[in-house]
Amino acid sequence: MKISKLFVTVAATALFGGVAQAQAQEKLKIGVIATLSGPPAVLGQQLRNGVQLAVKDLGGKLGGREVEVIVQDDELKPDVAVSKAKALIERDKVDFVIGPIFSNILQAIFKPVTDAGVILISPNAGTSNFAGKECNANFFVTSYQNDQAFGVAGKYAQDAGLKKIFLIAPNYQAGRDALAGFKSFYKGEIADEVYVPLGQLDYSAELAKIAAASPGAIYVFLPGGMGINFVKQFRQAGLADRTVFLSAFTVDESTLPAQQDAAVGFFGGANWAPNLDNPQNKKFVAGYEKEFGAVPATYAFQSYDAVLLIDGALKLTKGNVADKDALRAALKKADFTSLRGGFKFNTNNYPIQDFYLVKVGKRADGKFQTEIDKKVFTNFADPHAKECPMK
Amino acid sequence: MSTGLFVVQVLNGLQFGVLLFLIAAGLTLVFGVMDFINLAHGVQYMLGAYLAVAFYALTGNFLIALVLALAAALVFGLLLEFVVFRHLYDRDHLEQVIATFGIIIFLNQAVKTVWGAAPLTLPIPEMFSGSIVLMPGLLYPVWRLVVIAAGLAVALLLYVLVSHTRLGMLVRAGATNARMVSALGVDIRRLFMIVFGFGTMLAAFAGAMIAPILSVEPGMGDTVLILAFVVIVIGGIGSMRGAFLAALLIGLVDTLGRSFAIDILRLVMPPSPARTVGPAIASMLIYMLMALVLYFRPAGLFPSRGR
Repeated sequence: MKISKLFVTVAATALFGGVAQAQAQEKLKIGVIATLSGPPAVLGQQLRNGVQLAVKDLGGKLGGREVEVIVQDDELKPDVAVSKAKALIERDKVDFVIGPIFSNILQAIFKPVTDAGVILISPNAGTSNFAGKECNANFFVTSYQNDQAFGVAGKYAQDAGLKKIFLIAPNYQAGRDALAGFKSFYKGEIADEVYVPLGQLDYSAELAKIAAASPGAIYVFLPGGMGINFVKQFRQAGLADRTVFLSAFTVDESTLPAQQDAAVGFFGGANWAPNLDNPQNKKFVAGYEKEFGAVPATYAFQSYDAVLLIDGALKLTKGNVADKDALRAALKKADFTSLRGGFKFNTNNYPIQDFYLVKVGKRADGKFQTEIDKKVFTNFADPHAKECPMK
Repeated sequence: MSTGLFVVQVLNGLQFGVLLFLIAAGLTLVFGVMDFINLAHGVQYMLGAYLAVAFYALTGNFLIALVLALAAALVFGLLLEFVVFRHLYDRDHLEQVIATFGIIIFLNQAVKTVWGAAPLTLPIPEMFSGSIVLMPGLLYPVWRLVVIAAGLAVALLLYVLVSHTRLGMLVRAGATNARMVSALGVDIRRLFMIVFGFGTMLAAFAGAMIAPILSVEPGMGDTVLILAFVVIVIGGIGSMRGAFLAALLIGLVDTLGRSFAIDILRLVMPPSPARTVGPAIASMLIYMLMALVLYFRPAGLFPSRGR
C-alpha cells in the first residue's frame, strides 16, 4: 500500500515536474543575511535597504521572475548566522543568499551555503582566503577584497609624497591587516604604529602621542563607534588643522551623521561615493534618500549591485536557476550596469574595479557624504587571485 | 619619551579616571547602599545621553536639555523602580542580575526603535567650545575641564550627602540593617526609592556630560558598565571614597599603560615583539590590577565599614 502510494507520487512528480519546469513561475527566492542588532545594525540596515530598493526599482521582478526577499539577522554571532543560513536553504529553499557584512560571519556561512549549491553573493565582506586558495564557483563578491580598500590610502600617500605617517588601528586581525595593507603601498617614513583595544572610548593618550610625534599625516582604521569617538576628539584636540587625515572604514555615510563637521576634509578610500557621476548612481542615491531618509554608504550600493547582478544573469538564463553551470557562467559575465561604472569579475569572482580617494564634504542641504577626490587605482585586481585554481 | 609628554599623559589618566568615577558613582551608591546589583546602570547612562540629544534638538540649549534629560531620566528610573526593581530587593544577586540584564536588552532595543541604529551626536555647548594649549600642537578642549569639574563636584556632593546629612545617615543605617531602621519608623522602601532615583540621575548626568566627547549609540552603556564594575570592585563595594580613588587609579594605569607599554618593553626585548606584546598587555593591565587587588584584599582597597 505504502509502496504503491509512493510510486504514484513519484510518477506524478515525473509527469508534472516537466510542466512545473516549463512554467518556472514559482517565485524566485533571495535570502539576505545581515547584522541587524547591536551597534553595527546600521551597516546591516544599509545592506537590507540596498537589496529592497533594487528589487523595488526592478518592479519586483528579476530576469522576468517575481521575487521574494527573506531577511535574516545574524546578530553578529557566527553560530546564529549558520543556523539562519541553513534555515534559508532548507526551509525557505532560497536560490541566492546575499550577505553578510562582517568577515567572521562570512567565514561561518560560506561552507553551508556554497556546499548546498546555493549562490552566495557577498556585498561587503571580501576576505583573502576566499579570494585565493579557497575560492569557490558558487561565491561572488560585489564589494572588494579587503586588502584593496586598505591599500588605497597607502598608494595615495606614496604618490603624493606624504612624509612621517602615524598609523593607528584596533588590536585585532583586521586592524593588523589594515596597517599591513597600508604599508604594502607606502614605503616612506612611519612616525609610529599604535594599536588600541577594541571598543576604546577615550583617545587622549593617543592624541598626545600624535601631537608629540607631529606627523605629516595619520592613517586611521577605527570602524564604527570607535571612529566616531576618535574623529570628534581628534578635531577637538586641534590636530585636524595641521595633519592630513587618511583612513579606511572610519569616515563614511554610516558614521558621518554622528561625526558631522568634525570629519569634513578627512580622507577615506573606496570603490564608490554617493556623488560618483553617472546617471544610474544619481538615480540610486536620490531613490535611497527618498525611501530611507539617509545618505547611502558603500554597503547599500554594493547590495544594490548584488541584486542587479542576479537580474542580469537571470536575463541571460531566461529565469532558469536549475541549471547551475549556466547560472554561474551567466553571473560571471556580470552583464549589468554597476552603480560604480566599470565592473567585471576576476577569475576568483572578485571584482576588478577602480578605487578612489574620497573626501568628506558637507552638502548644500546640510547632510554629509564622502565625495570622489581622485582616482587612485584603475582596474585594480586583488593580489590573491593568482592563487585561485578557478579559471 | 619626554617629560612634557609624560606630564600630559598623567593628566590624561586623571581625567579618564574622573570620567570613570562619574559613571561609577551612581552604580556604587545603589550597589553599596542597597546591596542591589543594577546591571541596567549602563543603559541608564545611555538613556541620559540620548535624552540630552533629543532635548537639545528640541530646545537648542545644552543647559535646558541637560535639566530636562535629568528630569525625564528620573521619571523613567522611578518607573523602572516601581515596575521591576522594587520586587527584586529581597531576592538574591543572581536574580537581580538576570532581571536587570533583561532591562539592558530591552532598553538597547527600545532606543534603537525610537532613535534608530545610527549613532547620534551632541555638539559641545557654545560657551565651552574653546580650548587651551596643553603642549605644542595639542589643544585641550575646555569641555573636558568642565567634565572633570563636574566629576569632582559629584564626588564632593556625594561625600557631603552621605556623610553629613540626615538623609545620608538614614541611608547608611538602612544599608547596615534595613529591618531595624524600618522598626524605628522610617519608610525604608521610600528611602531606597530616593537612593535609586538619585543613582539613575547620576547615570543620566554622566551620559549627558560625556555625550559631546563620545558617540551616542545603542549599546554605548555596555562597555562603560564593565569599566564601572572594575572601578567599584577595586575600590571596595559601596565605598564612595574607594570608587573615587579606584577610578583615578584605573584611569592612570590604563592611560600610562597604553602610552608607554611599548617603550618600557623595548628595554627588555627587541622592538618587533615589543610592538606586538605591548598593546596586548596594556589592554589587560586594569584587569590584572583587579585580580591582584582581589587576591590580596578581597573586599577591595577601601571596604566600607560595618559590612
